[in-house]
Amino acid sequence: MLIKTKRSSELSENDVTDEKVYKERRKLLKGLGFAGASSLLVGSGLSLNSFADEDNSSFKTTSLEFAKTNAKQVTDKLTPEAKVISHNNFYEFGAKKDQPIEYAKNFKVDPWQLKISGEVDKPFTLDYDQLYTLFDLEERIYRLRCVEAWSMVIPWLGFRLADLIKKAQPNSNAKYVKFKTLYDPDQMPGQSNRYLGGGIHYPYVEGLRLDEAMNDLSFLSVGLYGKTLPPQNGAPIRLVTPWKYGFKSIKSIVEIELVTRKPKTTWNKLAPNEYGFYANVNPEVDHPRWSQASERRITSGGLFARNRIETQMFNGYGDDVAHLYKDMNLKRNY
Amino acid sequence: MDWVKEKRVILLKTIIHLCSFLPACYFYYLAIIDELGSDPVESIIHFTGISALNLLLVTLLISPLAKTFKHAWLLQVRRLLGLYAFFYACLHLLNFLFFELQFDFTLFIDEVIERPYITVGMLAFVIITTLAVTSFNFLRRKMGKSWQVLHNYNYALVSLVCIHFFWSVKSEIIEPSIYFIMLFILLYQRKDKFKRWLKR
Repeated sequence: MLIKTKRSSELSENDVTDEKVYKERRKLLKGLGFAGASSLLVGSGLSLNSFADEDNSSFKTTSLEFAKTNAKQVTDKLTPEAKVISHNNFYEFGAKKDQPIEYAKNFKVDPWQLKISGEVDKPFTLDYDQLYTLFDLEERIYRLRCVEAWSMVIPWLGFRLADLIKKAQPNSNAKYVKFKTLYDPDQMPGQSNRYLGGGIHYPYVEGLRLDEAMNDLSFLSVGLYGKTLPPQNGAPIRLVTPWKYGFKSIKSIVEIELVTRKPKTTWNKLAPNEYGFYANVNPEVDHPRWSQASERRITSGGLFARNRIETQMFNGYGDDVAHLYKDMNLKRNY
Repeated sequence: MDWVKEKRVILLKTIIHLCSFLPACYFYYLAIIDELGSDPVESIIHFTGISALNLLLVTLLISPLAKTFKHAWLLQVRRLLGLYAFFYACLHLLNFLFFELQFDFTLFIDEVIERPYITVGMLAFVIITTLAVTSFNFLRRKMGKSWQVLHNYNYALVSLVCIHFFWSVKSEIIEPSIYFIMLFILLYQRKDKFKRWLKR
């Protein structure tokens, strides 16, 4: 059943910029051509494409029902929906924050297949509809801390990763969980165009230790703000691990594999000194090129919003996850 | 057409003023009312930084253009372009300090010292400030030959800014690489000059 109650932290309609207004502005800015070399580069093919799509409305989401929410326990102000869906790091659809909403709008999520395999007794595959019906959906409002030192607060809809993994019955060889994003260069321009794709290797791979994956916080999201996920946020299904930097929360997952060895993950492979396998939010371990001690919380308010706040250990989720790392040197295992 | 010839410097300068100043006003307006993307701070920092670099490259383009097309009068707008580059560089730095770090001066000092790409950016800022301050005509006359020596640091300045940009990105190195290529082409125009320096 869909329960729609207004939370104190929830913004009223007029706090949020209308999506249409947002798009108009984006067009205007592009028209100014003040985007550096990028505007020259995206090339006629792609810009023609976006021209043709101009009157095509954005990706359609549908509302989802959920029974449970942690809204009462959350005091942080939510990031407005318009910002959550237009400020994305999803290099498959362009490495600039405002590109995914543009390049992902025709992304096909139905049909979809999510395969759970590897060191399990009962491997299985979910199709698109099962993603929403296999488990009761619940709402989890989580802080999302990006490794680039900005953060958001997002109401996700989904189910526990642990529930999905249990269903497959992992065997005793299962030590890690490996996740893979869809590889489809025809639909994901970043995978075929190095300029758009920001030079990372595809398909995107992420991983968790099995006990991290089984933790109650580890969440598979199929929606946000009461609706199915838009593609720029990882439709139709993505991981959310709120005590880790955002790049761990892999999007548009097609494969979850239980494995024995630590998987080689995308950012860790690309720059091991900058992005660790664990990637736990830790204000005491800086990124080599910037401090992680504080962050800017993106909510509403323009340039003068005083939004710099201190970053909390494990992004404030220490009570739930600190025990997972109790004998580990977190400076070395960043 | 004599009128155009007489007024062409003023005309071009007016265009430079409009094209350099108005976008800044417009972008700041959008950023202040929270309409410049989802994170106006990131957007405005990037916009001012890339604009400063674009203008610096244009300053390097002027003398090859003037030489090739025999339009020496073009040289008269170089200072204005350089000063607008300085204007954007100031905004870029102030944005970082005011809006990104939000007046945390200790963090600012730490970042300048600890993060090489910010150190490089800061060094570039010191150079461009020196060039801007010494750009007045009376100082130019007063400094004589040493003025030209000082202002040749423009080449080092633009190179440092390109490094700063390249170093700041996570993995998307193509755009900063294109800037390096443009820089190389512009510096290559001056290869004879550099050869002379090396001989001395």
